[in-house]
Amino acid sequence: MSDAKKFMFVNRKAPYGTIYALESLEVVLITAAFDQDVSLAFLDDGVYQLKKGQQTKGIEIKNFSPAYRALEDYDVEKLYVEKEAMDARGLTEDDFLVPVTVLSRAEMGKLMEEQDVVLSF
Amino acid sequence: MLNIINKSPMTSVTLDTCLNTAAGGDILLIEDAVYAATKGNAAEARLRQAMDQFKIYVLMPDLEARGLGDRLIDGISPVDYGGFVDLTSNNKTCQSWL
Amino acid sequence: MKFGIVVNEGPYQHQASDSAYMFAKAAIEKGHEVWRVFFYHDGVQNASKLTEPPQDDRHIVNRWTKLAEENKIDLVVCVAAALRRGIKEENLAQGFRISGLGQLVESGIKCDRLVTFGD
Repeated sequence: MSDAKKFMFVNRKAPYGTIYALESLEVVLITAAFDQDVSLAFLDDGVYQLKKGQQTKGIEIKNFSPAYRALEDYDVEKLYVEKEAMDARGLTEDDFLVPVTVLSRAEMGKLMEEQDVVLSF
Repeated sequence: MLNIINKSPMTSVTLDTCLNTAAGGDILLIEDAVYAATKGNAAEARLRQAMDQFKIYVLMPDLEARGLGDRLIDGISPVDYGGFVDLTSNNKTCQSWL
Repeated sequence: MKFGIVVNEGPYQHQASDSAYMFAKAAIEKGHEVWRVFFYHDGVQNASKLTEPPQDDRHIVNRWTKLAEENKIDLVVCVAAALRRGIKEENLAQGFRISGLGQLVESGIKCDRLVTFGD
């Protein structure tokens, strides 16, 4: 789509402790429905959103992590994880629910420069 | 890109993450991030070092509100809300590092 | 220039709504258009007409209403976030309307700049 803008959603917050991660995901899905060019960036504690094996029964909050798997159905396939953030949390790509592209800080910064709209929640 | 930071560097990694990740451009310190713009704060050296790569601005009404209007680090440019608006319009995009 | 603004935090608890208001006012004074302010997350609380601050404090909700009326700003409250937090038509302050997240995406598409205020 020629008039599509490049939207990047920057996720830097962990899930459950606050609602931002969940409500951010809702915007991502709507943005994709508007046929925009959507990217998701995971930095700092935001990388924890993608951790496999979330079991929320004990805290009685809905486990929304399966929604990351549904992103593909909305043609949202550009998921970027900052390597330094992942390493600092003892995580590897195998820990994530969905396939991601791991980028260095410098690569991430460059990608941010290419966006039309950057949203962070 | 205009990078907007609103958290104190003493309680949050936000400023650090922005400095490490962003490709350059402008940084505007607002709300509790204005403490980063004050002489003698723990992030001063880091911020001075970043001046090669970024142009750094501080929202003066926020700094003055916090009683530190006279402690601004040399090289950081003070702006009012009008200056904040100009920064957003002069940059192609802006990112609030929340 | 056409501006969109996003407010992600409630009034009084966090400075986000104050900063967004000061920014909007300054943008208008400089001759820009503030096309829409979108209230999301706890930001939806900015639209409660039940808000009653002490008399010597600023009235954040009424201030938005007035600025919007004088400058034709579209104040939109996210429906899903609002219902989660008990904001409905019946307690919605004047000048605000409840609508979907599409209105936020539309701000990103149609505005020259989208500026977010949050925590």
